[in-house]
Amino acid sequence: MLNTEPNIAAPDDFYEALLGIHRDLTEAQSALVNARLILLLANHIGDPAVLREAMQAARAGVLADPEAGR
Amino acid sequence: MTAMAAYANPVYPYRRPPELDGAPRHRGVVVIGAGPVGLATAIDLAQRGIPVLVLDDDNTVSVGSRAICYAKRTLEIFDRLGCGETVASKGVGWSVGKVYHGDRLAYQFDLLPESGHRRPAFVNLQQYYLEEYLVERASALAALELRWEHRVVGVAHDDEAVSLRVSTPDGDYELTCDWLVVCDGARSPVRHLLGLDTEGQVFHDRFLIADIRMTSDFPAERRFWFDPPFHPNQSVLLHRQPDNVWRVDFQLGCDADPEVEKQPERILPRLAAMLGPDAEFEIEWASVYTFQCRRMQKFRQGRVFFAGDAAHLVSPFGARGANSGVQDADNLVWKLDLVLRGLAPARLLDTYDDERVAAADDNIRNSTRSTDFITPKSAVSRVFRDAVLGLARDHPFARKLVNSGRLSVPTVLVDSTLNTPDVEPFAGAMVPGAPAADAPVSGAQGHWLLDHLGGTFVLLLFGSGVTASEVRVLAGGDVPCRVVTIGGEAPGALADAAGLVAARYDGTPGACYLFRPDQHVCARWRSFNPLRVRAAIARACARADS
Repeated sequence: MLNTEPNIAAPDDFYEALLGIHRDLTEAQSALVNARLILLLANHIGDPAVLREAMQAARAGVLADPEAGR
Repeated sequence: MTAMAAYANPVYPYRRPPELDGAPRHRGVVVIGAGPVGLATAIDLAQRGIPVLVLDDDNTVSVGSRAICYAKRTLEIFDRLGCGETVASKGVGWSVGKVYHGDRLAYQFDLLPESGHRRPAFVNLQQYYLEEYLVERASALAALELRWEHRVVGVAHDDEAVSLRVSTPDGDYELTCDWLVVCDGARSPVRHLLGLDTEGQVFHDRFLIADIRMTSDFPAERRFWFDPPFHPNQSVLLHRQPDNVWRVDFQLGCDADPEVEKQPERILPRLAAMLGPDAEFEIEWASVYTFQCRRMQKFRQGRVFFAGDAAHLVSPFGARGANSGVQDADNLVWKLDLVLRGLAPARLLDTYDDERVAAADDNIRNSTRSTDFITPKSAVSRVFRDAVLGLARDHPFARKLVNSGRLSVPTVLVDSTLNTPDVEPFAGAMVPGAPAADAPVSGAQGHWLLDHLGGTFVLLLFGSGVTASEVRVLAGGDVPCRVVTIGGEAPGALADAAGLVAARYDGTPGACYLFRPDQHVCARWRSFNPLRVRAAIARACARADS
């Protein structure tokens, strides 16, 4: 089951690091970095049920909000 | 299509049909199309002693090489049809594939990493050679009549029979038959005559296929490039065929003009960029194509069956076209045989539809996934594709995601109603529905396990301990079933020389496997019980008493 409770010890550190990996990159490079990150994390998780839940949560939140992504 | 033939197509003689001179006009089984699927169907029927008439609208084999990769399972079927050795010895065997991204090797796979199989993972062979060998085999069978330049121009069917109108250079004639097998290819004129369609997806990317003659020391392996320096932003596939013929397949994109791209002055620079300025080669055949992934809703329509490309279409990535067509024939013929002999009810024929539709869906799913990877349809799918290829250089997990075509493996018919579910635990891959795995044996009738399976039902017994009278009870059934013993002291028993039969089948002493006439497992037990075997055979024949 997908854990959506707080699980990252230092959330601000993580967020800073996440933005940091995109520093000085073009949009195309950033897109590639994000895709690589998703694939690396997905493999680490492995469990297809958790992955499916995460993918659905990611998509549903965007579809439910008419303003999201505008 | 550009043909600069070094291969000379044979011309098969047309003969005036006797029906025009008053011969009887009813047949048992008619097959339409003398391609690999129609010929495999007809050979299998005729080997069983069932008279079969094959009608083909042309007078030769495939023009250009077209299908080239024949999978292990298909070769094993050709072995049963009496031409496996001819195909395998002329063909180029391979099992290794290499995938490049840019100029770097991203991933390498071996489709048959273990020994102890008669046939390799794949054999590459021009389709014209395959068809020649099948025609040769067909001509040796008394029950098989092959008619060239006989075009079916009308077809109708009801509960009683199928009626055909056939056009020949000497005029038209009418014919009826009990069963019709339609194997007339992707455009299937007969399917159109019956007003039947296929459903699915059309892909818009264009590809250039070129068969070239070239002396080269490239090894016999499948090579696939994503975005190579010699053909940027597109993919390229290379296969070796016999006679120093090489298949090169260039992705051209959606905007390519097929008329322009098939001209030699466009093709030659592409090849020169790939093979180097000094390479010497000539183009044997070239064509620009698009492809589709689609199938008919039902492969059986009463007394009419559809097989091969007439029934289902896939992209070429994965070599799932001709291979699945031959496997259709393999699935259909034993069922038709039992029904024609009155040993099984006609509803057994519905399982051809069930099983081969499931296989077609399996092939279409795999082929569509490969296509989506090779030709990304959106910016985001392109980003993920490139991310996978980039990660694959350094990270083993990503190599599993690289999809340059998942190559044809036979579908395991796990959901078939003809299977008897396991009641005892077994390890390994030989579940009910699986095609039999080969293994070396020593026996008078052949040195491979598959030589001893197929044609009829076969019960494979591990070890001795079963009395002759028990086996006689089994043999007393009306559906033919041979008994093959492996290991033990019984007279005529095969020796499991390398121990691989026991290993691949989890074959403990006393265990037994029941194989269908197409060599698929349909039941297995830890000990022999003739009543259970009889019940499993009845079930595999779709008999009511099962």
